[in-house]
Amino acid sequence: MTDFILKRMVSLVLPFVQMLGLYVIFHGHLSPGGSFSGGIITGLSLIAFSLVFGLERGQEKVSERMMSLVESFGALWYGAMGLVGILRGTTFLMNKGAGVPLGAPGKLYSGGLILLITLGVGLKVASTMVTLFVALMEEEE
Amino acid sequence: MSNKIAIVLLVCIGVVVLLAISELPLYGSPDTPAQNYVAERYIEGALSDTGALNMVAAIVIDYRAYDTLIETTVLFTAIIAVFLVLKKGTDRRGEHK
Amino acid sequence: MHPYMADALNIVFLSFLVVVAIAVSYVKDLLYAAILLGAYSVTIALIWLLMSAPDLAITEAAAGIGMTTLMIAVISKIGRKGE
Repeated sequence: MTDFILKRMVSLVLPFVQMLGLYVIFHGHLSPGGSFSGGIITGLSLIAFSLVFGLERGQEKVSERMMSLVESFGALWYGAMGLVGILRGTTFLMNKGAGVPLGAPGKLYSGGLILLITLGVGLKVASTMVTLFVALMEEEE
Repeated sequence: MSNKIAIVLLVCIGVVVLLAISELPLYGSPDTPAQNYVAERYIEGALSDTGALNMVAAIVIDYRAYDTLIETTVLFTAIIAVFLVLKKGTDRRGEHK
Repeated sequence: MHPYMADALNIVFLSFLVVVAIAVSYVKDLLYAAILLGAYSVTIALIWLLMSAPDLAITEAAAGIGMTTLMIAVISKIGRKGE
């Protein structure tokens, strides 16, 4: 697409959309939202960039290899966070019982492992959206 | 003819579904089967157990963490299936399949 | 909010939901079908907001818009008649 108005508007709006997605991910334990919705919003901002500026320029920003890596490690990250409970001598995916500091309720760091797990799953969902889009849009010869 | 049979069957299914819906408890009524001791435990203990203000996040990622783990795995598997169908890859010698 | 207000809004949204769901299957153009599906997901997000489930409302709105965007991207590739 070569529409001038579209390109300028997208480059104006997209930073705020990305900010909103990251906000929803990081405040998943304080306000409505969470990993899945925030990840989808963050992924959609990258998809919108690729849609307007072309798939090649979108791939320059976030390469497909990086997205696959983020996706695989997002799934592994959850399991690794669960191993914290085992390392501290309790059961898998234990949060408070494993002695993780919970923080003051209402602050950004609160909820122990919840923030870290949400961050990993959110990044994974964002990369899932992007890889799905790239797989669907790639030219077949 | 088969159209009429389909309509009759659909009406029958619709009546059964509406009967089932009319048996459901009202929205927000306090004496439903879902409002048992589990919900009370979550509402009273979510903040002190997890430290998260958003009770939904506390349930999804702390109390029911196994569910979310499997959900993430399902998403990962779905993407692998999409890649298997859509992506053209190369084999070990670098030849296109 | 007046107690009957939520019921009235619920009825309006639910009947709109039925109309949109039937319209999706009747529309021949794939682009219109994708846009109608977006309208469906936004309406159901509003219903969940009325039922005081903002978590689900945010997820539904984001996932619905995301799926609609993906569908429109694919439709721009395969054509609006989907051959």
